[in-house]
Amino acid sequence: MEKRVTFKGWLLPLLLITPQVVVTAVFFFWPAGQAIYQSAFIPDPFGLKSQFVGWGNFQFIFTDPYYLASFKTTAIFSLSVTIVSMGVALWLALMADRIIKGAATYRTLLIWPYAVAPAIAGVLWLFMFNPRIGVVSWYLDKIGYDWNHVLNSNEAMLLVVLASAWSRISYNFLFFLAGLQSIPKSLVEAAAMDGAGFWYRFRTIVFPLLSPTTFFLLVVNIVYAFFETFGVIHTITAGGPQQATNIMVYKVYSDGFVGQDLGSSAAQSVVLLFVVGLLTILQFRYIEKKVHY
Amino acid sequence: MAGMVERNGAGTIISHVGLIFGIAIVCFPIYLAIVASTVEQKDIVSPPLPLLPGGHFIENYKKALLSGVNIPVWRMLVNSTIMAMGIAIGKIVISLLSAFAIVYFRFPLRTFFFWMIFLTLMLPVEVRIVPTFEVIANFGMLNSYTGLILPLIASATATFLFRQFFMTVPDEIAEAARVDGAKPMRFFFDILLPMSRTNIAALFVILFIYGWNQYLWPLLITTDPEMNTIVMGIKQMFPSGDDLADWPVIMATALLAMLPPVLVVVFMQNLFIKGLVDAEK
Amino acid sequence: MTTISLKDVKKSYGNLRVIHGVSVDIHDSEFIVVVGPSGCGKSTLLRMIAGLEDISEGEVCIDGKVVNHLEPMDRNIAMVFQNYALYPHMSVFDNIAYSLKIAKTSKAEIKQRVQETAELLQLGDYLDRKPRQLSGGQRQRVAMGRAIVRRPSVFLFDEPLSNLDAKLRVQMRLEIKRLQRQLGITSVFVTHDQVEAMTLGDKLMVLNDGRVEQFGTPVELYQKPRSIFVAQFIGSPSMNIVPVSEGHRLPNGAVVDHAVPKPQHTGELSLGIRPEHIDIEPASDVRFLIEMAEQLGANTLIHGVLEGSSAPLVVSLPGLHTLESLDASIGLRFQPENCHWFDTATGDRL
Repeated sequence: MEKRVTFKGWLLPLLLITPQVVVTAVFFFWPAGQAIYQSAFIPDPFGLKSQFVGWGNFQFIFTDPYYLASFKTTAIFSLSVTIVSMGVALWLALMADRIIKGAATYRTLLIWPYAVAPAIAGVLWLFMFNPRIGVVSWYLDKIGYDWNHVLNSNEAMLLVVLASAWSRISYNFLFFLAGLQSIPKSLVEAAAMDGAGFWYRFRTIVFPLLSPTTFFLLVVNIVYAFFETFGVIHTITAGGPQQATNIMVYKVYSDGFVGQDLGSSAAQSVVLLFVVGLLTILQFRYIEKKVHY
Repeated sequence: MAGMVERNGAGTIISHVGLIFGIAIVCFPIYLAIVASTVEQKDIVSPPLPLLPGGHFIENYKKALLSGVNIPVWRMLVNSTIMAMGIAIGKIVISLLSAFAIVYFRFPLRTFFFWMIFLTLMLPVEVRIVPTFEVIANFGMLNSYTGLILPLIASATATFLFRQFFMTVPDEIAEAARVDGAKPMRFFFDILLPMSRTNIAALFVILFIYGWNQYLWPLLITTDPEMNTIVMGIKQMFPSGDDLADWPVIMATALLAMLPPVLVVVFMQNLFIKGLVDAEK
Repeated sequence: MTTISLKDVKKSYGNLRVIHGVSVDIHDSEFIVVVGPSGCGKSTLLRMIAGLEDISEGEVCIDGKVVNHLEPMDRNIAMVFQNYALYPHMSVFDNIAYSLKIAKTSKAEIKQRVQETAELLQLGDYLDRKPRQLSGGQRQRVAMGRAIVRRPSVFLFDEPLSNLDAKLRVQMRLEIKRLQRQLGITSVFVTHDQVEAMTLGDKLMVLNDGRVEQFGTPVELYQKPRSIFVAQFIGSPSMNIVPVSEGHRLPNGAVVDHAVPKPQHTGELSLGIRPEHIDIEPASDVRFLIEMAEQLGANTLIHGVLEGSSAPLVVSLPGLHTLESLDASIGLRFQPENCHWFDTATGDRL
């Protein structure tokens, strides 16, 4: 798609695009290049010189049980976040779609958590589940369950999943609601007149027509769980206990900044780069053919 | 036959009940935070937390705002505001300019630049933290607003959004302006910008929230508490080791941290939704 | 006092040539209409005069001065666009005043000139409105006002009436004609509507596939079309073109009336005759089989074929007729002085 009308001259447009190009070059391409470059070296402990190791860092991380575990942790984490968040959001959207009066009020009450930063969400959930003073953990204790996510890996994972999913419900709700509202009511009503019950209608009409929205949200939520949940992990578990919640992004940070293992961190960055590339391609395939399957 | 699909009676009631239940669950963490920010530390350390707010609202918020834990919260609020505004305005300005150049001019390397900007979609800051940090450190931009803002203002999303919008502006408008004697920048300021104001406003809402909620980047480059933003500063309020955190103040801070973006979402709801949908198109 | 002349103007997009050398001289105060089917290059030609489109070859001169490389604003032209191209965020006043503001005209003068223009176009009450609050006709007037206020030496119109409904179109057509007469500004008007072209233009340029088919007054084009294309394009309903074979025989075998002058030509021939130039002649052996009658009020269009063939023909009879009031088969007479002969192969007039 090109515009027919254009202005003449080449100096002005070059000047106009310069700020973006400079910022992009300095803060995107230069660091990305550095990451690729550094991934082939191991710096000595004093940072004075570094030794070329070629694929060494990659060989190291792909044989490092911690890194491989981080892969698995990331997969479990992002899938759980996506499923929980989308499931709850769809459930809420289905009900909101059936309401005529007061729908706007419900929408307002449901969308504002979008504005709560993942890190703040982390703090809120940490407070509820704090083993010593948390309200929820206190009630769990009353019914005989000893909650301690600081020591228990599964509980830690559950908590970061819940907090991450919570802060994403608004977003998914909005898109599901918009998707539901774009389904022609006549279709659903026709099925209802044919005697189809709610679940049957949902399975055969609503859900298939909603599939483009669902697929889009699936990709977007996985991207979110991969990268934007850093704040949740950092505030609640800091990757622990015993690396149980050390997702890939968090590991890049902790190995690079806390562990000062720059070569390995750079190699992990490059791996992440590929993951992002893959997800972006997926996203574009969606944009390309916004179709019903 | 209207209202065929259980619009009336039991179906609607179930929907209302379900929604209220859902909202209760979604809002519960916030409600607890409100309660916690209005009671004393001793109410918190002896669980369970009371279910109704206490009487220490003013005291806790005053303490948070004026003294905080490491640094007064008002200072972090100022930093967050500057960063969020800087990122939102910066992104909008450079994206408007580059989209204008790409859509309305033909110049050397245009396609190259276009793809270069396009590729940044694939490079979230989280992926390149260590080298980006080094670049900022080399420029001496640690603990500075420039360092907080600059690396985050290049945005393919905003550029594409404006490009899409400019494409929908009829060619004749630009031609009419040319016939009227408008030079390119005159056309940009007099016609294109005013025509884009809804898009700009919608995008501003989204980008403000994006900027305000940044966590990892400020965490890396602000080692001086004076430069902490509120979202990342909260974590710094927790004591290291086993000491008990000052929960009432922390919760007051958490609520202060979410207040500006929440207000923006609630009061600019339509712009917010437009921005959200546009940005993902 | 403005003349425009195009000298062998050509336009190509890459290897694709869309204008194949147009030369024309437009005199001062003349109203020229460029007419042709969509895609014939008429808008491109106009935009080249305006300076919105580069000229690949040839010269565009305004008042004898080559303007090929001048910006639109430096050519002292004004243009009215098909979709009006009003600035949606500006009031009517600001829309009209915009070019004056850019030219750094004083506030007082801008106000005075916009007022004058608004009076002329009966827009006085709408100056504070935004374009979206106006009707189609009013928007059209604002677009006109924007052009007039600058006192340009040339008006360019790019199908300005095609977005209006039929009634408004006729009204605006008259208004444009009146304004142009009153202001005496040299104008070029592009349209695909031949009725609009016939009623507006002092002269018409018929464009087909990037070439000028004919340039002349509406009457010339109607009476002496230079090609089959012009013959069929100008006039409504359009001219009948009947193939004529050896011995001047019509498709059904009847011989063309001896009173019709015959050309000295050897190739395939076509006879052109307008529906209004055909009379009923019961004795004629040119028999016409009637299929349908369209009553237009003042006259009736009879559709049918030459009996004994499938060659279609349209006849326009004065007054009202119905299928029932006419015989199924009637004899026709082509008015000899209104018969046109064309070379079928080239389409040229003979």
